[in-house]
Amino acid sequence: MLVSLFGVVFDGFAYGMLLFVLSVGLSVTLGMMNFVNLAHCSFAMLGGYVAVSLMNSLGWPFFATLPVAFVAAAAVSVALERTLYRRLYRASDLDQCLLTIGIVFVSIAAAAYVFGTIQQPVQLPGYLRGSVELLGIRFAVYRLFLVGAGLAIALVLVTSVELTRFGARVRAAVDNQRMARGLGINVEATFAITFALGSGLAGLGGALAIEIVGLDPGFAFAYLIYVLIVVSVGGLGSIRGSLVAAILLGISDSAGKYYVPQLGAFLIYLVMVGLLMWRPAGLFGKR
Amino acid sequence: MDAVEAARCAVSAPALATRGLQKRFGSLVVARDIEFALPQGARHALVGPNGAGKTTLINLITGMVQPDEGRIFLGEAEITSSLPEERVKRGLVRTFQINALFPHLSALEAVTLAVCERRGGGGDWWRRLPSMHDEIDEAYDILRSLMLDEHCQRLTRELAYGQQRLLEIALALATKPRVLLLDEPAAGVPRDEIAELFGAIAGLSQHISVLFIEHDMDLVFRFASRIIVMVGGRILVEGTPGEIAADERVREVYLGRRGHG
Amino acid sequence: MQAASDATAARYLHFEEQVRWRSTETAFWVATLLPFLLFKSYLSLASQVAITALFALSLDLILGYAGIVSLGHAAFFGLGAYAAGLIAKHGWGEPLSGLVIAAAFAGVVGYAASFIIARFRHLTLIMITLGLGLLLYEAANSASWLTGGADGLQGMRMWPLLGYFKFDLYGVTAYSYSLAVLFLVFLAARRLIHSPFGLSLRGIRENPVRMPAIGAPSPARIRKIYTLSAVIAGAAGALLAQTTSTVSLEVLGFQRSADVLVILILGGAGRLYGGILGAIIYMVARDQFSGVNPQYWYFWIGLLLIAVVMLLPNGILGGLARWTSRWTPSKRRGAP
Repeated sequence: MLVSLFGVVFDGFAYGMLLFVLSVGLSVTLGMMNFVNLAHCSFAMLGGYVAVSLMNSLGWPFFATLPVAFVAAAAVSVALERTLYRRLYRASDLDQCLLTIGIVFVSIAAAAYVFGTIQQPVQLPGYLRGSVELLGIRFAVYRLFLVGAGLAIALVLVTSVELTRFGARVRAAVDNQRMARGLGINVEATFAITFALGSGLAGLGGALAIEIVGLDPGFAFAYLIYVLIVVSVGGLGSIRGSLVAAILLGISDSAGKYYVPQLGAFLIYLVMVGLLMWRPAGLFGKR
Repeated sequence: MDAVEAARCAVSAPALATRGLQKRFGSLVVARDIEFALPQGARHALVGPNGAGKTTLINLITGMVQPDEGRIFLGEAEITSSLPEERVKRGLVRTFQINALFPHLSALEAVTLAVCERRGGGGDWWRRLPSMHDEIDEAYDILRSLMLDEHCQRLTRELAYGQQRLLEIALALATKPRVLLLDEPAAGVPRDEIAELFGAIAGLSQHISVLFIEHDMDLVFRFASRIIVMVGGRILVEGTPGEIAADERVREVYLGRRGHG
Repeated sequence: MQAASDATAARYLHFEEQVRWRSTETAFWVATLLPFLLFKSYLSLASQVAITALFALSLDLILGYAGIVSLGHAAFFGLGAYAAGLIAKHGWGEPLSGLVIAAAFAGVVGYAASFIIARFRHLTLIMITLGLGLLLYEAANSASWLTGGADGLQGMRMWPLLGYFKFDLYGVTAYSYSLAVLFLVFLAARRLIHSPFGLSLRGIRENPVRMPAIGAPSPARIRKIYTLSAVIAGAAGALLAQTTSTVSLEVLGFQRSADVLVILILGGAGRLYGGILGAIIYMVARDQFSGVNPQYWYFWIGLLLIAVVMLLPNGILGGLARWTSRWTPSKRRGAP
């Protein structure tokens, strides 16, 4: 009983790490520029498909595809930011939603056209497959890897935000854009870089996600909902908030599927709506 | 304060008064023991360096922000726990430092909207707007008193900035205020339009008591009969223009060290 | 004296201008009768278009006029559909009363939800509307004993409309019914928009902060319009259920919420006719391209959305208004 509970919690924790990697970029860029980028998971999907293509068509090892997934997603996001997003920074929420929903639709259709609608197979290296026994409990190796990777990324993000000059600029821009500008910080450039990094992380998350949740064209949309939940519950612009919310969501989802499968995602949505009503700015948000 | 004003004060309750108003945001105290009274028919100015808490005080008085302690009175009635829209209905109205207008409504539509709200018909869904002659006439008269009648059919976003500031005041006037709080009415207005603006304010009825925030000390000395100086969230000193000009502490705040608020 | 009365007329005319019934409108509504004569085989499609137009109109009231962005409006559409469906399934197949009851039911739920909606803005509001819509979908999916779940509601039996006109495959009754409801609701909405209440809604949309400062109770107004919008959306859903004698889960789905949003934006929000125009274009196009894989349909819709946002921010009607205003002198430009 306790063992299976622990297993469920661990699975949920691993899933939460994945959600964190997928969501943190959106949370920071939303907090900074208030730009509602619903196409965030399209970048994730792109990362996933890039990784899959490299592995299946070119035979690249799994780990080598991860940085490429990151870079590809970041590059595409920069291109979109320059051409389309930039014009809508002062536009209404609605316009931003509509533009990015349009991009999501296009990306889903494009993915279906190029790759078909089937789930993409992924070849994990041998050492990431199977399970290992630690302290008398069986852990799936890949999930352990996810937890490790997620925590490492979280650590890198938090230290760079707290300790580097760039991180200080990010914090200032999230906190108070006008004042940051007044202090001479180039908010646009900071945002552009943060946006690229955040989208790159999403791409990385997409590549990491394939083994856990599969990859098909519907990914851009299906996981958007989860990402939005993490971001709004965690609080815009908060890395800590994204981490906590992602873990909460991951564990709730895992527990829900295991203990009350007939409720489906009902519980998750109910908790989200309730949480948002209690804390409209999210758990760690400031507005 | 001249004899007429003093007599008026002695007879009736002040138009607006606060007692012991306090507000803090976390560890930052933005309003500290604010106590003042605005007599009927006053033309008083509220001045102070940036960050002194002037707009915060307006927000507290109008109910947009809840005080931690203290009480607010409009005439005889206490309004400390009233909703913002209730305070407006009782005659306490403010304008905004940065225009808070309706960009895609015409000036006439905007003022008519305010008039309808005041008259209580704002929620009527069965009446046709064109047939509401009384409301439209009243709106038009207000606009005309501020010399905006020629432009009343233009969209707000197409008006010149000075005209938009006048529209701010028109919207406030449409609610038939007894107390009018003007938050930097001349901010951003070109020099040549300021005279028009303050002429309009000076020409307001004596039934309206006015408190305006202003940075331009020339305007303050010209149009205010009494000045309240705020620094760091509290009232430093209060007096006639002559008294304030001679006050050492005020000189220090404005000419000596620049107050951080 | 002449000058004074000119001025008088001018300021009332300013409002009259927006309110008067135009000849193009008459032409439009007369044209809606064309399917009876020219496109007889398309009457069921026409009925669908009218229903979608009604749904889009309900969204326009909250989005175009009050500025509330909702990603879950299909909730009320679906509630109306299921209510009407369940009433008909359990023995009462009278259409008009079923319609009224179903719409009222959706309205009651809308009223309850409006207390939540009126309190939030921006992303929080979008997420809450999305969440509530998804919640309802999951609940309906799970409650298959009531809704039929993924198989849909079976066993609806509709009685003839007004005791005489049967619902059949030809769609004459269906289209007349839907069109009549659309027209009547449209007239009521039009009256509402051109009233002080409608003006205050636009005030809320333009500057919600200023509204309490002029003494307007925004939350109460938002609740009223949201409830009304829920009633109309519920009516549209009920019409769909009654004219097709089925209800499937997708009436509550995100797809439907997103589609109606696209339709409204395409036609132009805040113009009352935008939703109707968008519905016509969207539904007819979808019918024409129905052979095409749905994936590719959404590719073009996606491109269209991007194009509309970047190039035609006020939708087709907005673009038309800008275009015509270049040719005709007018004292005002911009969205009404």
